[in-house]
Amino acid sequence: MENRAIFSGKLLPYLLILPQVAISLIFFYWPALQALQQSFLVQDAFGLSTEFVWFENYVNLLKTPEYYQAIGVTFLFSALVVFFSMSLGLLLAAMANHNIAGVQIYRTFLIVPYAVAPAVASVLFIFMFQPGLGMIARAMQRSGIDWNPVLNGTHAMILVVIVAVWNQISYNFLFFLAGLQAIPKSVIEAAAIDGAKPMRRFWTIVFPLLSPTTFFLIIVNITYVFFNTLGIIDTATGGGPNGATQTLVYKVFQDGKAGADLGGSAAQSVILMIIVVALTAFQFRYVEKKVHY
Amino acid sequence: MAIRRFGAAAAVAAALALTTPAYAVTEIQWWHAMTGPNNDVVVKLANDFNASQSDYKIVPTFKGSYADVLNAGIAAFRAGNAPGIMQVFEVGTATMMAAKGAIKPVSELMKEQGETFDPNSYLPAITGYYSTSKGEMLSFPFNSSSMVLWINLDALKKADIAEPPKTWPELFADAKKLHATSPSCGFSSSWITWGLIEQFSAWHNVPIGTKANGLDGFDTVLEFNTPLETKLLENLVELQKDKSYDYSGRTNTGEGRFTSGECAIYMTSSAFYPNVKANAKFNYTAVAMPYFPEVKDAPQNSIIGGASLWVMGGKSPEEYKGIAKFFTFLSDTDRQVYLHEVSGYLPITKAAYEKTKASGFYDKNPILEVPLKELTNKPPTENSRGLRFGGMVQMRDVWSEEIEAALAGKKSAKEALDAAVTRGNAMLRQFERTAVK
Repeated sequence: MENRAIFSGKLLPYLLILPQVAISLIFFYWPALQALQQSFLVQDAFGLSTEFVWFENYVNLLKTPEYYQAIGVTFLFSALVVFFSMSLGLLLAAMANHNIAGVQIYRTFLIVPYAVAPAVASVLFIFMFQPGLGMIARAMQRSGIDWNPVLNGTHAMILVVIVAVWNQISYNFLFFLAGLQAIPKSVIEAAAIDGAKPMRRFWTIVFPLLSPTTFFLIIVNITYVFFNTLGIIDTATGGGPNGATQTLVYKVFQDGKAGADLGGSAAQSVILMIIVVALTAFQFRYVEKKVHY
Repeated sequence: MAIRRFGAAAAVAAALALTTPAYAVTEIQWWHAMTGPNNDVVVKLANDFNASQSDYKIVPTFKGSYADVLNAGIAAFRAGNAPGIMQVFEVGTATMMAAKGAIKPVSELMKEQGETFDPNSYLPAITGYYSTSKGEMLSFPFNSSSMVLWINLDALKKADIAEPPKTWPELFADAKKLHATSPSCGFSSSWITWGLIEQFSAWHNVPIGTKANGLDGFDTVLEFNTPLETKLLENLVELQKDKSYDYSGRTNTGEGRFTSGECAIYMTSSAFYPNVKANAKFNYTAVAMPYFPEVKDAPQNSIIGGASLWVMGGKSPEEYKGIAKFFTFLSDTDRQVYLHEVSGYLPITKAAYEKTKASGFYDKNPILEVPLKELTNKPPTENSRGLRFGGMVQMRDVWSEEIEAALAGKKSAKEALDAAVTRGNAMLRQFERTAVK
């Protein structure tokens, strides 16, 4: 009962979680509520005139074709980035999980891209892929490919996908590597003794045992693509050409910042918030059932 | 350890006490967007002004790109913390002037503070952009430029072109010839909407929108989807197919294609000059923008780009006094001549232009006079004084999107321009609604 004496009362546990609760309230709930409030207002840039308009911002939004284009772009972009960054991350992790000489060095180098800020990553890739400037762009043009991300929407999309994937691979690599190392060797060895080939061992034993990691990464990656790729898109394409790389979050940023339309921008962020919450809830409800813990 | 720390703190406190003068110096914050050599110019101006008197101190702070400065200023104003002076790019003009109460018109400031201020001593093509329709100056022009056609003379010679093009048909023909010698680009341009819509309209004396391009009121309606504008875009779409014209993006990120020699003719800001001078390894020149000869009034006069200094509202009388003195200091003829010659930006007073001309500076640097000749080509009309559309920052993106759609072959030139006008008008109505009456 001595423990009871030390942690007497119910106050201490609340005090201990207070910092976390305070941070959540101040940095997550408060801005979210403000966005909700702002989405019902029409206001000039300086906040000198304000008009309460109920759902007009939402109605206007759902009437603009560009908004639906942005939804399509976002889902295409997320699917591509999540698929490629996770499969490449897994491939690299599987490779780096072998006992080869200098494996620590490889692992370290594979983590480095995560330390590069998204906007900086974009600039690095622009140096390679900008027509007339980049080495890779020139090489492609010489070999007859009309590479032109400033005018060709598909090319622009490929460019931002490459940058976003490159930027995110390290993160996935790190978690997959940790996941792989947590799988008991004895299970794999038993399968090997039973005559299972490496590929079969991977798909029937390793991959299912990795599913908690994979599930976690899917959610984190989707959140990454939905929000953190803003810097990449802003630097690489500015949402262009003709809206081909304008994702939902980039449109929120554009309408709020360049357009000074805070109400419309807030309405978009509320919808975006709902989409992401729904998506995550859906995954926990249905996809998690397939996860083996 | 504790004693040593106390000692250090005491020393710092003493040092602070010693350096704080007996009379408080009024500090004036100046937020700007100038980088590189032009940032040095800003700092030098502030230092020179601070050294010239002891009552006021201008503190320049770099706040990022033009859009960043505007947003930082808006956010600071909302938080009750706006700077005294804010550098705002030309397309932010409508946003600023609509914010009555947030800003202080420059002409009003100068009058209140009793500074000698004659609006007629400034170049009308420059101040017109920043004035009300009655001619009251709202903001103080700082860095102004105009659009010119940059020419790679060596490449022209190689393609057997005798002289730089004067008209659009000549330019289209030259672009085709240049394409034969440089397959990836004949002619290109930066600041796509500034050149192809804004400057193009002024240069041909046709309106972009009603109400004198918005100068006479926020209830302006866009109307640039005309046969003339369509003809220009149709020609460019045609040339884009084989890269005789090749699009280089919305801003000036493609300018390197001129200095590298890839694009022999390049339409962009006259402020590109220092860059060309430093990087072009060929003979070059700049000429006036092309025009369609069948248009009766063309060429009219060009309009400016660049930025002006806005004075924010709600500041103390001392601050306003200091700002007024600073503007008088900036208007000084010799200072304007100096600024013009080092930065390549245009002088804002008539006296400074005349003095530079008289000194023979343009004989040695004729390129710097090209934008001035464009701006002063004819007295500005309703269509060429400037433009003032709310939400212009994003409007340029919207117009660019539509031009991109046309150049990529997704829409016809006419469809793209119609869409640009329709989408732009929707933004104008939204802005009109929120503008302070």
